[in-house]
Amino acid sequence: MIEGISIYELLTVTSILFFIGIYGFITRKNLISVLISVELILNAGAVNFVVINKYLYPDVLQGMIFSIFIIAVAAAETALAISIIINLYRKISSVEVRDVETMKY
Amino acid sequence: MNYSLIILIPLIPLAVFLVLGLLNRKIGPAVSGLIGVSGILLSTVLSFYTAYQYFGVVGKVSGAYPTLVESVVWMNFTDTLRIDMGVLIDPISVMMLIVVSTVSLMVHIYSRGYMKGDEGYTRFFSFLSLFTFSMFGLVLATNLFQIYIFWELVGVSSYLLIGYYYTKESAVAAAKKAFIVTRFADLGFLIGILLIGYYTGTYDFGALNDPGGAILSNWAPASFMGLSVLTWGLILIFIGGAGKSAMFPLHIWLPDAMEGPTPVSALIHAATMVVAGVFLVARLFPMYFFVEDGFALQIVAFVGAFSALFAAVIALTQTDIKRVLAYSTMSQLGYMMLALGVSGYEGSEGLGYMSSMFHLFTHAMFKALLFLCAGSVIHAVHSNELKDMGQLRKYMPVTHISFLIAALAIAGIPPFAGFWSKDEILVAVFEHNTFLYGIGILVAGLTAIYIFRIYFGIFWGKNKAYEHSPHESPSSMTFPLVVLAVLSATVGFIPFSSFISPDRTGFEGHIDIPMAIVAVAVALLGLGVAWILYKKESEMVSRLTDRLGVLYTWAHQKFYVDELYLFVTKNILFKGIAAGAAWFDRNIVDGTMNLIGNSTVVLSRKIKGMQSGRVQDYAMAFVSGTVLLAILFIYLWTS
Repeated sequence: MIEGISIYELLTVTSILFFIGIYGFITRKNLISVLISVELILNAGAVNFVVINKYLYPDVLQGMIFSIFIIAVAAAETALAISIIINLYRKISSVEVRDVETMKY
Repeated sequence: MNYSLIILIPLIPLAVFLVLGLLNRKIGPAVSGLIGVSGILLSTVLSFYTAYQYFGVVGKVSGAYPTLVESVVWMNFTDTLRIDMGVLIDPISVMMLIVVSTVSLMVHIYSRGYMKGDEGYTRFFSFLSLFTFSMFGLVLATNLFQIYIFWELVGVSSYLLIGYYYTKESAVAAAKKAFIVTRFADLGFLIGILLIGYYTGTYDFGALNDPGGAILSNWAPASFMGLSVLTWGLILIFIGGAGKSAMFPLHIWLPDAMEGPTPVSALIHAATMVVAGVFLVARLFPMYFFVEDGFALQIVAFVGAFSALFAAVIALTQTDIKRVLAYSTMSQLGYMMLALGVSGYEGSEGLGYMSSMFHLFTHAMFKALLFLCAGSVIHAVHSNELKDMGQLRKYMPVTHISFLIAALAIAGIPPFAGFWSKDEILVAVFEHNTFLYGIGILVAGLTAIYIFRIYFGIFWGKNKAYEHSPHESPSSMTFPLVVLAVLSATVGFIPFSSFISPDRTGFEGHIDIPMAIVAVAVALLGLGVAWILYKKESEMVSRLTDRLGVLYTWAHQKFYVDELYLFVTKNILFKGIAAGAAWFDRNIVDGTMNLIGNSTVVLSRKIKGMQSGRVQDYAMAFVSGTVLLAILFIYLWTS
C-alpha cells in the first residue's frame, strides 16, 4: 500500500503500459522492437499482479510470487526469441517483419 | 449322444479350410491333398458313428425317433424369439450327414487325381472343405436363422468353386449367374423367415414343427390376399429352396454351373448343395403339411412335377454331357419335390416324404457317380461334347461299368438303387393325384432315354479318331468310382421307411408289385428306344429331329428361358428402371454432393487471402476481436 496513490491510478498506468505494448507489437517494423513490445505487455501483466495482490489481498503473497515467475518466463522467452531472430538474420540478413511472411497459404 | 463329437463333424472341415487357405502357397499339393482327405475322412467316420449311435443306441423313444437338440443362445430378442447356434439330430439330419460326408470323401479322393498338376490345387481343396463345413452346418441347423446362415455359406462356396478357373470368362460369368440367381431366390427365403418369425415369435424348428403345438393348431394369425401369412411365409421359403434346388423358373444357373471342375459338379451341383432346397422343405414338413391344409405343399408338388418334365425334355437334346447330367439333376430334384408335395403325415401316409428322402439318398450316390464318370471321360478325351466321344468302353473299362451301373440306377432298373426310391415316389404320387403320376411315369421313361443316349454315345457309337489314345484314369480316380458304384447298386436295399417318416415313427415299407412292373416296363421301353437310336450312330436320330422340327429346336435352346431372362433384365430392368435410377444417382445425388464440395472450394479460394503470413495482421485481428468482445460484454453487463 502506497500512501496517497489509489489502486485505480496504478491500474491506469499498467493499462497504458499494456496498450503501448500492443501498439508497438502491431506497428513496429523491426523484429527486435516487436520483441520489446511483447516485454512491455508482459511487464504490464506482472505489475498488475503485484498491485492487485498488494491492494486487495494484503495478507497473502501469491501475486508477488507470480510476478517473479513471469520475470523468469519472460527471460527465457526473450532468449528464445533473440536466438530465432539471430538465426533469421544469418539466413536472410534482415530482421524486418515484412521479410518473414512466407508462412501463408 | 456325444455332442462334442457331433460338433466336430462340421468343425474339422472348417479347420482344414483355414489351414489350407492360410498356407495356400506355402505347402505342396501332396500335403494339402492329404490334409483335405484325412480331414473329411475323420468327419465321415464321426458321421457314421453318429448314425450308429442315433439309430442303434438311442433308438426309438416311446415309438418315435427323438429330436435331439444341443444349442447355445447366440442372439436374444425376446424370450422365445432368439437365434441359437447348435446341432439338431433327427433322422433326416443324420441321413444328410451320411450323404454329405460319403460323397464329399469320395470327391476329395477323386480330386487328388483329377486336379493333379493344377496350379490352384491347395485353393481347390480349401474351398471344398469350406463347402463341406457349410453343408454340415446346414443339415445340423437348429433354427431357421442358422440354416439361413449356412445356406448363404454354401452359396458362397458354390460361387467360389464354379469360378475356380477364374481366368476363363465363361466360368466367371457362370459363377456370377449362380450367385445372383440363388441370391435373388434367397431374398424370398429371408422375407419368409422374417414373416414366420414375426407372426409365430420363434425361429426354432422344434416349436415350429410341433404338430400339436400352438403354432400349427392356430395357423392363421393374420391373412393376406386370402391366404394365411404363414402360407405366404412358407411359399417364400420355398422360393429360396427352389433357387438352390434349381426348380423352374430359377433353374437357369445350374447348367451354367458346369463350368466348374467336374468333382465340384459331382459334390455340389448333383449330390449335396442342390438338395438343400428339398431338405429345407422336408425340415419344415409339418408346417407345410398343416398350415392351411397344405396349400403351400400343393405348390411344391406342381413346381416339382413341372421342373421334372421340363428338365427331362431339355436333357434329351443337349450335347454337352455335363449339361445333360445337370438337367437330369434338375429333373430328379423335381421328383423329390413332387414326392414331398404329395406326402401325408401320419404313419405310412408319409410315404411321399420317406420316398423323397430315399431318392435324395440314392440320387446323391448315383448322380455323384455319373458326374465322376463323366469327369473321368472328360479327363481322357479333353472334351465335354458328345460328338468327340465313342467306343470308350474299350479304353476305360472301370469307368464304363461304373457309368452303366449309375445309368441303370437312375433309369430305375431293379435291383439298382434308383428303382427302389423312384418306385416309392411313383406309388406315393399315384395315391395322391393321377395327373401328377402321369407326369412322373413320363419323366421316368424320358430319364431312361436321355441317360442311355449319353451312355451309348460315350461308350458305344462310332469310333472316333483320337489324337491321343484315351486311357483309364489313375487309381485315385477309379477307386471312388468303384465305391460309389457298389453303393449305387446296393443302397436301395436299406429299409428306409423304418428309419424315416414325417412323424418319425417309421412304418413297414413294401413294394407295390403292379406299380413296380409299370415303372420298370416304362424304364425298359426308354432303354430300348435309346438302344435303337443311339447304340450305333444311325440316320434315325437326324430324321427324328427333323420331324420334330420346332419342338426339337425349342428343347435344344432350353425353351429360351435364358433369353427370356436376358430380355427381362436387359430391356426392362436395365433400360427401364435401372437407367432412370442411374440418371437420378448421377445427376441428383452426385450433383448435390458435388455442389457442396465445389462451393466449399470456391469459398475457400476467396477467403484464403486472410492468411497473409504477417504475424502483425493476426495480432491486429486478435486484439480488435478481444476489444469488440469486451465492449459487447460491458454493454450487456451494464444494461
